[in-house]
Amino acid sequence: MTSTFRIGGGAGFSADRLDPAVDLARDGALDALVFECVGERTLAFGHRDRRADPAKGYNSLLETRLRAVWPLTAASGCRIVTNMGAANPVAAGRAAQGVARNAGLDGQIVAVVLGDDVTDRITPDTPLPHSGCTVGDIDRTLIGANAYIGADAILPALETDASLVIGGRLADPSMFLALLRHRFGWSADDWPLLGAGILTGHLMECGAQITGGYFADPGHKDVPDLAFVGYPIAEVTADGTVTITKLPQAGGMVTMATVKEQLLYEVHDPARYLTPDVTADFSAVQVIDQGADRVGLRDASGTARPETLKVTVAFDGGLLAEGEISYAGRGAVDRARLAAEITETRLRRVHGVTEDLRCDLIGVRSLHAHADYGSERADTDVRLRVAGRFRDRERAEAVLWEVESLLCAGPAGGGGFRGRITPSIVTHDAFLPRADVPTRVEVLRT
Amino acid sequence: MSRTVQLREIAHARAGDKGDTSNISLWVNDPADFETVRQQITAEALKQHFGSQVDGTVTRHEMPHLHGLNFILTSALDGGVNGSLNLDGHGKSWSFILLDMPVEID
Repeated sequence: MTSTFRIGGGAGFSADRLDPAVDLARDGALDALVFECVGERTLAFGHRDRRADPAKGYNSLLETRLRAVWPLTAASGCRIVTNMGAANPVAAGRAAQGVARNAGLDGQIVAVVLGDDVTDRITPDTPLPHSGCTVGDIDRTLIGANAYIGADAILPALETDASLVIGGRLADPSMFLALLRHRFGWSADDWPLLGAGILTGHLMECGAQITGGYFADPGHKDVPDLAFVGYPIAEVTADGTVTITKLPQAGGMVTMATVKEQLLYEVHDPARYLTPDVTADFSAVQVIDQGADRVGLRDASGTARPETLKVTVAFDGGLLAEGEISYAGRGAVDRARLAAEITETRLRRVHGVTEDLRCDLIGVRSLHAHADYGSERADTDVRLRVAGRFRDRERAEAVLWEVESLLCAGPAGGGGFRGRITPSIVTHDAFLPRADVPTRVEVLRT
Repeated sequence: MSRTVQLREIAHARAGDKGDTSNISLWVNDPADFETVRQQITAEALKQHFGSQVDGTVTRHEMPHLHGLNFILTSALDGGVNGSLNLDGHGKSWSFILLDMPVEID
């Protein structure tokens, strides 16, 4: 056993690519491969899928990913840890057994981490402190609630001989920390070391975002071979220092700049990054360029973990309706604005719509309806987008109908109508005492 | 003689979200520019640049040894990704709105 533990980051979100993970599994000489695949939306839709079919609710790419990487990792002794169980880790474990059967992977152990689903503990009186109200005040249908569970919940799974560990709302960086605690025997209250382990997890949990993905700005920040950007590898030692790198033949790059951007990604106060395991402190982290796509980090620290666990409570958010139509050439912006006025007027007067509507001119600062920032630009190819969120399907359909009717009855030269209605969710944060979120591990064999 | 450039010429940035709060980290390419950026790209200046998009407050954390600043913008995502009607409900494209800010350098 070497003194360095090598972890690959095989996915940074639910729909992430497959081929870079296969490359890592085959060529990475890894001790572990982590797939981070859960977000608030994916989890909520998982709950919905599970309600429709008790065998569903886990990541829809689970089988695809396992078929491609598990034979490789099982052969090399690399463990897979993932939260692809999403809203149904037990069904995910069974699906994994099915993959093993079909791939001739006999004698594998799958450890399923349970306990994050706290839907049954949510009542109308459950407080939602960030929203300043209770669950009952939201006046929407509860879809599901999951606690962010940490390394404590994952460790018992690693203490089995499992080659695959699957859970649901396993906190993203905690999957990495659990592997490091298991490998190096870090104690549950060694806050500085736990903070260092969380730093590794935080850097790795978004996959390519540290290896040149989400970074390129041609002429300013160029990234080599971005189409085949490699996913990251962390080399961690017992003192918590880490080197981030990638496969040498893969595209992308690991530099001070790519690492620093990820260091504070979705972080607020760098000295107080809250996780289930520790309040991590990145404020004094040193970033050291070691050359050749290798960047080292040290001096992460931490203080005591929060008393409570964060819980994402998901509610039915109704239907998001979006209708779009394009205008080109001179006067395009004026014609699109007129089309927007017509659509809004008719939705209010003819269809009785009272909900908020948003009209964007795509190409004219459409990502930011508040048109008073930065510098003004206007191009002559404009796409109108009208959006609203409704409990009532008839009103959602009216948005699409009215935008489509602009084809004949709106301003001149409109074309390329598209419309879609998407189920939507609303989430709020609750907090539960740890004692209210007992976790356990179920072991399955193949 | 000093001249005005866009931040994009001397710095890079990344934006992320948690609920209705956005954070944008800003990193200067050349450590020599850090003090200039620290003095000019204040929380107040950023709030003014983003205009009515930010309903809440802007707070700035400093990482001087890495030549970076981290801005926290509250009530800034029209309710957050799940409630917003914005195409970019995460506000991920905002890093480039920040990089559009002018800065006067020597």
